[in-house]
Amino acid sequence: MSMPTQADKASKFSDLAQQPDSRGHFGPYGGRFVSETLSFALEELEKVYASLRDDPEFQADFDYDLKHYVGRPSPLYHADRWSRELGGAQIWLKREDLNHTGAHKVNNTIGQALLAKKAGKPRVIAETGAGQHGVATATVAARLGLKCDIYMGAEDVERQKLNVYRMRLLGANVIAVESGSRTLKDAMNEAMRDWVTNVDDTFYIIGTVAGPHPYPEMVRDFNAVVGREARRQSLEQIGRLPDALIACVGGGSNAMGLFYPFLQDEEVAMYGVEAGGKGLETGQHAAPLNAGQPGVLHGNRTYLMSDEGGQIIDTHSISAGLDYPGVGPEHAWLKDVGRVNYVTANDDKVLEAFRELTHVEGIMPALESAHALAYAKVLAPTMRTDEHLIVNLSGRGDKDILTVAKIDGIEF
Amino acid sequence: MNTVSRLDQRFAALKSENRPALVTYITAGDTSFESSLEILKGLPAAGADVIELGMPFTDPMADGPAIQKAALRALEAGQTQAKTLEMVRAFRQHDQDTPLVLMGYYNPIHRYGVERFLSDAASAGIDGLIVVDLPPEHDEELCLPAARHGINFIRLATPTTDAKRLPKVIENASGFIYYVSVAGVTGGQAPTPQRVEQAVGQLREHTQLPIAVGFGIRSAEQAATIGRFSDAIVVGTALVECIERAATPRDAIEAVHDLTRELAAGVRRAR
Repeated sequence: MSMPTQADKASKFSDLAQQPDSRGHFGPYGGRFVSETLSFALEELEKVYASLRDDPEFQADFDYDLKHYVGRPSPLYHADRWSRELGGAQIWLKREDLNHTGAHKVNNTIGQALLAKKAGKPRVIAETGAGQHGVATATVAARLGLKCDIYMGAEDVERQKLNVYRMRLLGANVIAVESGSRTLKDAMNEAMRDWVTNVDDTFYIIGTVAGPHPYPEMVRDFNAVVGREARRQSLEQIGRLPDALIACVGGGSNAMGLFYPFLQDEEVAMYGVEAGGKGLETGQHAAPLNAGQPGVLHGNRTYLMSDEGGQIIDTHSISAGLDYPGVGPEHAWLKDVGRVNYVTANDDKVLEAFRELTHVEGIMPALESAHALAYAKVLAPTMRTDEHLIVNLSGRGDKDILTVAKIDGIEF
Repeated sequence: MNTVSRLDQRFAALKSENRPALVTYITAGDTSFESSLEILKGLPAAGADVIELGMPFTDPMADGPAIQKAALRALEAGQTQAKTLEMVRAFRQHDQDTPLVLMGYYNPIHRYGVERFLSDAASAGIDGLIVVDLPPEHDEELCLPAARHGINFIRLATPTTDAKRLPKVIENASGFIYYVSVAGVTGGQAPTPQRVEQAVGQLREHTQLPIAVGFGIRSAEQAATIGRFSDAIVVGTALVECIERAATPRDAIEAVHDLTRELAAGVRRAR
């Protein structure tokens, strides 16, 4: 069987995988919009990353950890029963939920923690929404003996109690952020403030493909293992590339990780699913690509949810991990050039998909990942049964049990 | 376009008086348009030589809790970019001499539209801009267009700006250089005078522009100490806290002006 490789092709998308440019721009997006204090630290980080990304020893360390500590490769699972129920395309789940710590987030924290170690920083900090990135950071910090402080919006601390306790068990200090809207964006503000103050001894492990250059590129690269595996597994298990990919998009790291190795494969359609919340028409959502406009926040130019005065507006999503007013700059670019279709799934459809996958396949997805599943329910029936789509099951749903129970009127 | 800006004139005049400038910061619209305008109008008489007026933003990443809260109070009271420029126009009806610098973050300007903003700011009587999240790598966004409108772009230098980076930071700067005396956010720890003096000395090797020192300066005593070797000292958080603590708008106005008078006395005994 001949396997097409990216290098064989000169498609209209051939330039897409070359982004960003040397200044961190994805088309007009990205960049490094930070205060002067951080400029030096980002220049340093850029240098360290540039020197290590192609270093065989660093890559070997990274690959070793992904295999033996994370448990990679994660399976590409044929959700046969669910596919039959939906009566259309064959649905394949990329099982990032089976990773150590239960989500794709650990791919990136392993990579960045190795960088922190190489850069000689004894302390790491991170922001977290759903807590998955916080847990993944606390985990690698525990393993490498790094001091770890996690910033989490006070509202999310409440919504994600289990993950908060997990982080504490792992030895991390969880700081509840009371400023602003008390969610992920405010956690990111506080983490930036901490970093500005402690830049000498602290490495900031950003959890998504946003933030100042080189973070969007670096976090994508560390997560691209998801797409590389899925591409290989697809060729092995399906015998060809899939017809479509679906992933949820908050900041967009799991989606970028899955999409990136497929960008030049013109025949593969891609869908990024934003949090529709209570519906775009209500204004209570977290869908900047669908209902926002370009602006500058957290170090990069991207699509943002902001009002006419340029003030950032509160977002809403059933899932804390998608409750963010911005999105990675590469997604903004991929939207503008038309490579990826960005759609939304509303809270009610997300819950429905969460329950359905749990019942039909015995797999409980994270509410974030359930956005991608909700869109699979829309897309699959419009496709033929000999077509294939891969859904990134980016995380497991254990952390969301209390949220779902509460909706069901059950208090523990 | 005038070639000598109000900032240039003010710093030249103070140099001949051999004293540093007092730069005061308040957030526009904190806690209401009216009370904020009254604070603004009274600042020159209380001894402010240069005024920084904060453009409120929901996510002020480089600011500490006091200035964050001030921004949210102002936004809550309905402050907008347009109202901030309206305040400036109202101020200019009474004061044609005191340099006024807008300080804030890029997104509200981006959304307002860069060209429209610069033309409205210039006609309102703005002399300079400090936009914290626009480092020299992004000079084409606002710094260079501002120069075309005759508006100075004030650049921050920090303890992490090394000798290699400094020329880039200074290249398109005008008005003055704002030396951020500690790595951190506004309202944090106090700077160590010896280290700041050393850093200011190093800056002077690279630029003729006046050098202002800010972040962590709260008292007349600190103003006097730091003002001995710098061209200006900047006080923000301490003034904004006066507004936060005040029981009534009248108290806030008095408290800000009282502290300004103390700080003005401090810079006058610096040398």
